[in-house]
Amino acid sequence: MSETLQGAGRPVPAESSWTPVDGRLLDVEDLFVEFRTRDGVAKAINGVSFSLDEGETLAVLGESGSGKSVTAQAIMGILDSPPGFITGGRIRYCGTDLLGLTEKQRREVRGPEISMIFQDALSSLNPVFPVGWQIAEMLRVHRGANRSDAREGAIRLMERVNIPAARQRVNAFPHQFSGGMRQRIMIAMAIALDPAVLIADEPTTALDVTVQAQIMALLAELQEERRMGLILITHDLGVVADVADRIAVMYAGRLVETADVHPIYAAPAHPYTKGLLASIPRLDQKGQELSAIGGLPPNLTRIPPGCPFNPRCPYAQDVCRHDPPPPLIEVRPGRRSACHFTDRVLADSEVEFDHTHPGAQEEGR
Amino acid sequence: MSREVILSARDLVKHYPIRTGVLRRTTGQVRAVAGVSFDLYKGETLGIVGESGCGKSTLGRLLVQLERPTSGRLAFGGTVEDLDAGAPDVVDMVAADGNRLRQLRRDVQIVFQDPYTSLNPRKTVGDIIQEPFDIHPAVEPRQGRRRRVQELLELVGLNPEHINRYPHQFSGGQRQRIGIARGIALNPKVLVCDEPVSALDVSVQAQVVNLMERLQDELGLSYVFVAHDLSVVRHISDRVGVMYLGSMVELGDEEQIYERPTHPYTQALLSAVPVPDPTLRGRREEIVLSGDVPSPANPPSGCRFHTRCWKAQDVCAVEPPPLAPRPDGVSAHDSACHFAEPRTIVETVDVS
Repeated sequence: MSETLQGAGRPVPAESSWTPVDGRLLDVEDLFVEFRTRDGVAKAINGVSFSLDEGETLAVLGESGSGKSVTAQAIMGILDSPPGFITGGRIRYCGTDLLGLTEKQRREVRGPEISMIFQDALSSLNPVFPVGWQIAEMLRVHRGANRSDAREGAIRLMERVNIPAARQRVNAFPHQFSGGMRQRIMIAMAIALDPAVLIADEPTTALDVTVQAQIMALLAELQEERRMGLILITHDLGVVADVADRIAVMYAGRLVETADVHPIYAAPAHPYTKGLLASIPRLDQKGQELSAIGGLPPNLTRIPPGCPFNPRCPYAQDVCRHDPPPPLIEVRPGRRSACHFTDRVLADSEVEFDHTHPGAQEEGR
Repeated sequence: MSREVILSARDLVKHYPIRTGVLRRTTGQVRAVAGVSFDLYKGETLGIVGESGCGKSTLGRLLVQLERPTSGRLAFGGTVEDLDAGAPDVVDMVAADGNRLRQLRRDVQIVFQDPYTSLNPRKTVGDIIQEPFDIHPAVEPRQGRRRRVQELLELVGLNPEHINRYPHQFSGGQRQRIGIARGIALNPKVLVCDEPVSALDVSVQAQVVNLMERLQDELGLSYVFVAHDLSVVRHISDRVGVMYLGSMVELGDEEQIYERPTHPYTQALLSAVPVPDPTLRGRREEIVLSGDVPSPANPPSGCRFHTRCWKAQDVCAVEPPPLAPRPDGVSAHDSACHFAEPRTIVETVDVS
């Protein structure tokens, strides 16, 4: 029980019925999601498996349409259905398959156990209610707190996320706050019930860099303090390098590479990851050549046969076009890649990515 | 690069009135651009960076005359000083009207940020790119226009056969190429690019950046590249201007700004940019600025950055520091700080 919630309504059982199994919070197994639209069936997620431990930061990296946000929505149980349908797989939280729960049971997980921060704070907050009221709603609904206790709880949460003059601003409306402050309010709502898992879906994409730095620092601090498992969904390779423990790279609804943060930047094992790293300009390099990945991410209603990356892949051979998509297999201890030619990619990466930062060689290799 | 000035701005100011009440009386001014001066050289890329609300987009719109400046001077074809000296071929952009203005609009074009809203969804790509020729018929005779449009499509890496398609049939990156094709249709000398790659996916961003670099080489364009992404700006720019609350706080070569920044705001901005290299975690110097950017309707007195600056002294609240050359350790470059001193924020590696 964190100090945030003391005095915020009736006491809740100190030990919730959810306890991690061997430190493992979340286990996603072979998840499939599709969207049935008028234009056909969009296969948004095609067999995704990953896990999250206590206190761990997992970054899910991908471009728009790669299925990273849909994965988050499936875990949260907020997928719009229809048109979205989970057509296969399991999402285990502390050993229990969430997909087998009733909606009422699901609500007891969503918020107190797993909670989420959305990208666009302005459209995620209700414009006609004061922010304090919206934060307090979490405590009223889930904890049965009365109005004044919930309000005090909301003020404490606003103070915790470093909103200046929280007591004066608790009755202000979302439009009266700047973008960074709104994102702090979203974070306050997300941590109100002390969740074990926090999913942050592009939490800083709409923000300026100086504000992004503030928000990422706040998230790191909160995670440390509460030993939360954090799933950070983003397309920003810079942010990931700063905070993640492990990385899962998604492409066309599949995981194409998973690894600890250091090895993946030192030598990516999948051509897509390699292409991404070679295509972003770096602040600390000059005279850099950007080698763009050709082509476009596929339309999810028409994913190409074979490996979905093959039309854009410099390594592609006939096998990539005809055989079923390569499975995610272990290439090094703790590293998995879904590519027929992952050894060649890895060997090339080790040569090409050798010109990293001075000092990079002694650390992290 | 020749050091011939193509476009020049002096003390450019743009205020927007704040109107309130039923009578819409003007009760204040948003000082979006508050006295910006710079020269753009032929064939170079000048990057303009800053956070949202700093006035960088307004500056871009002033340069293409989508907005008229409240005060200040703009010259095309030379510096404002050349203009005052009566040099031929230098045009006063603010005073220009009629044919002069039409010619200027041909010479200075713009590419917008959002490729989803800046293309008319009811027009085919051919019509969109051809529209500039309808307005400026002298550039291309009527019979040749269709072919010219196809050439332009090819130039920006699109299939010329797609001339009859509509914008929604293209992806974001392809749409931005259409926007660029429209921007270069009239053979402009200056292209103002307002956040041209911010709306694009990372893997597509590099394609468009590379395209813009190629076009610059092939067509001899000068770019004003307005963006908030400091890494992209470093990659593409020869010189960089940093803006804060409507003012240019630092201006110099790419190397001077990124390796030897002297203004505290530039230093803080650079330190906040995450670098995609986990080995630098915890080894990068981070300057965390407290608070938010003040409102441009009510900017702080003196140096506009003094409310958030760790170096601020009494003088900063009173006297706005001019943008003037100040020593940066190796040479000197323009910086607007009373206490300017170089500080290494980004350990740069030359990989060329």
